[in-house]
Amino acid sequence: MMSEKFFTEWFLPGIWITVQVTVYSAALALAVSFLIGTLRTSPLWIVRFASGTYFEIFRGTSALVMMFWMAYAVPSLLGIQFVPMAAGVLALGLTYGAYGSEIVRGALAAVAPAQREAGIALNFTKAQRLRKIELPQAWPEMIPPFNNLLIELLKGTALVSTIAVADMTFAGNLLRLAKGDSAPIYTLLLVIYFVFAFLLTRGMRLLERQANRRMGKTPPEKTGFLSGLRSKSATDAVTGTGGAK
Amino acid sequence: MSADQNLTKDQSNPAVDGKELIRFDKVTKRFGSNVVLDELDFSVNSGKHVTLIGPSGSGKTTILRLLMTLLKPEEGTIRVGGKYLTHEERNGKLVKAGEKHIREVRKNIGMVFQQFNLFPNMSALRNITEAPVSVLGLPKDEAEERARELLDMVGLGDKTDAYPTQLSGGQQQRVAIARALAMRPQVLLLDEVTSALDPELVAGVLDVLRDIAHTTDITMLCVTHEMGFARDISDQVLMFDSGRVIESGTAEKMFNEPEHERTREFLSAVL
Ligand SMILES: Nc1ncnc2c1ncn2[C@@H]1O[C@H](COP(=O)(O)OP(=O)(O)OP(=O)(O)O)[C@@H](O)[C@H]1O
Ligand SMILES: [Mg+2]
Repeated sequence: MMSEKFFTEWFLPGIWITVQVTVYSAALALAVSFLIGTLRTSPLWIVRFASGTYFEIFRGTSALVMMFWMAYAVPSLLGIQFVPMAAGVLALGLTYGAYGSEIVRGALAAVAPAQREAGIALNFTKAQRLRKIELPQAWPEMIPPFNNLLIELLKGTALVSTIAVADMTFAGNLLRLAKGDSAPIYTLLLVIYFVFAFLLTRGMRLLERQANRRMGKTPPEKTGFLSGLRSKSATDAVTGTGGAK
Repeated sequence: MSADQNLTKDQSNPAVDGKELIRFDKVTKRFGSNVVLDELDFSVNSGKHVTLIGPSGSGKTTILRLLMTLLKPEEGTIRVGGKYLTHEERNGKLVKAGEKHIREVRKNIGMVFQQFNLFPNMSALRNITEAPVSVLGLPKDEAEERARELLDMVGLGDKTDAYPTQLSGGQQQRVAIARALAMRPQVLLLDEVTSALDPELVAGVLDVLRDIAHTTDITMLCVTHEMGFARDISDQVLMFDSGRVIESGTAEKMFNEPEHERTREFLSAVL
């Protein structure tokens, strides 16, 4: 199906590029999620307004168009030329960070108000309360929705192939153009995305278990082989029954 | 027995007793149109153990929450150790206090909550050490040593590494008491701290509080339905109704010969 030359020069490097774009975008998205999500709980309306505006803008625009904008509009508007991968990472990280901020904001809002009061009674500053009490307690609640978002992001990295970043989807497109026979390569790509998503989910499950342990909760018992794919509903089921089964 | 004991203790601590520590001046607290406290005046002297009693909704919790700065009064002023709590003086005028001023006055006040409110993301030990380390700047090992002493004192010396979810309600509440004491407050606010506990766990928590009342100089402001406990520790009992103090006196007087009709009614209902 593919020549050895194609495999070593395009396909393997493409997989590596996909991994890199995923990691960089996820790191950026995570930072943006916490920053914007925390700002959106600020008592100052102007801060809430500014961060809320960020959220609305990035939620309401297409990640693909944002990527074109970063790659082709920014150079003419601002005179800055990103390397293609940077443009892709920026568009993905800022967009998925906006979605992530909603997760952080929601999880912070779900921390019991009594925890804030206990923090005040011990005379912590606002920043200390956020860092030592509210964010650590909100964190385990964030992991399952972050997992969903991370999988979305992984699949979204295929968009970078449209701005000439040679990821694995880009390599697949090359092969189709060269050989015309597209079924095997695209099937293979689907499988690789699936395997990556599966691995990421397993990793997030480990993180979730560790986070729950840090809250003194006994980790949910190990379930079946494919349980990782339903991470959110699986956790709900386990915690929801309160160990009744 | 209790009244005598308190009397002797008062005389043995002339240095801490007698000075006014808390003062409410014409404090008004409203929730919407519901006036909960109406120009309330009252004061508590340093080292005293004062119990607030009164029917549900009379404003007892509101008073403690105002002191803890979890609520702000609409009118009037509160002073702790002579300093305004939610106001500060600037150019001779009384203005709303900034966060820095509030924290400075608030460091003298500790609170134990009905629902314990331990931090679930920290072990028992860290629940106690976190504030002394990050708020008071105590070295970590010093804070831990003191936390262990406090845990011993509340009978939980073997639970340093347990998380709140692994402790019973009574144990959680005792950790919460240790946590409040670790900040060395001058005033300890206790709002129905045994109400959320199973009956068999109440005594253990009350014993710890009795111990604190009898062996330390901490001023205690306490809301409780445990009248036996109130009798044991109180120097003074304040009867509230509709946000006013309608009667006050020593525990002995209040429980044995209350003057006010409402006090008599209330006590006969709860005793
Ligand atoms: N956050 C709030 N919002 C609106 N109303 C409130 C709030 N907190 C208290 N109140 C009202 O203030 C009044 C006094 O409440 P408070 O909790 O101080 O009473 P309490 O004496 O502690 O009663 P209890 O013995 O039931 O605890 C009540 O009428 C209550 O409904
Ligand atoms: Mg109350």
